[in-house]
Amino acid sequence: MARAATTTDAFNAVAEPRRREILDLLAVGERSVNDLARLLGLAQPQVSKHLRVLREVGAVAVREGGRQRLYRLNGQALRPIHDWVSKYERTWSARFERLDSVLEELQQEERDGGTGEQGRDRDPSQR
Amino acid sequence: MVVQVSKAATVTLPSDEQILITREFAAPRHLVYGAFTTPDLVKRWWGAGLGEVTVAEIDLRVGGAWRYVMVPDGGPEVGFHGEYREIVPNERIVFTEVYEGIPDGEALNTATLTKKNGRTTLAILVQHRSKADRDAHLNSGMETGMQRALDLLEQVAASLG
Repeated sequence: MARAATTTDAFNAVAEPRRREILDLLAVGERSVNDLARLLGLAQPQVSKHLRVLREVGAVAVREGGRQRLYRLNGQALRPIHDWVSKYERTWSARFERLDSVLEELQQEERDGGTGEQGRDRDPSQR
Repeated sequence: MVVQVSKAATVTLPSDEQILITREFAAPRHLVYGAFTTPDLVKRWWGAGLGEVTVAEIDLRVGGAWRYVMVPDGGPEVGFHGEYREIVPNERIVFTEVYEGIPDGEALNTATLTKKNGRTTLAILVQHRSKADRDAHLNSGMETGMQRALDLLEQVAASLG
């Protein structure tokens, strides 16, 4: 897929493994750049670069905390990713809702003594 | 009757190559199995209301083939086919699945049916050969590694209440 290597959306922002590690760390609590650099074993400028990318898509917010700038996670910005997975979930949910009605009918047929024709002749328990 | 629980299917990504779809049904296991393996019944639910299932061929034996074709509303038909690898009636079916639009991307599916208080839980584990195939399956434009982000997302969603 021809997606430009830019930082314009949450998908691109989390495509980089280090950035996901940063999000993982921030999910637990606020951290300074230096903290993050130490925990990730990266140089501080590299971490700053990743943080900038994450800030651009809103996944990370920053506040002044005394001498340091403290970064924290903003989960709402990851919403598009959630929505993306949900599309798939919706398809299966719709499919299974239909299956529910089929199953209700099958149960009704069983209660009626198996007079219904649909499905009975291929009852798997009789195969 | 058992108290109704949430009906929505759950979709998770247990690994970079997998998709796990889980759903509970208020029906005994043999009926869920029957609905899953009987062509006329498959035609009634597999389309998900997104279109008509015009072909549902099922040769339910190890080495036997299956093929489903759906015509989405207003779209060209889409075909899926595969082969049964393992069949334990009412309990487990292992089968390959190829979306005919991406013939190289064969997945191995394991459908497991578990009994619980007169209900049945259906779990379909879709095992792709690569993360790229999996993501194509999820219809994405993703480059790399979504799983950890999704784990995180789950935590975040949970923390937002």
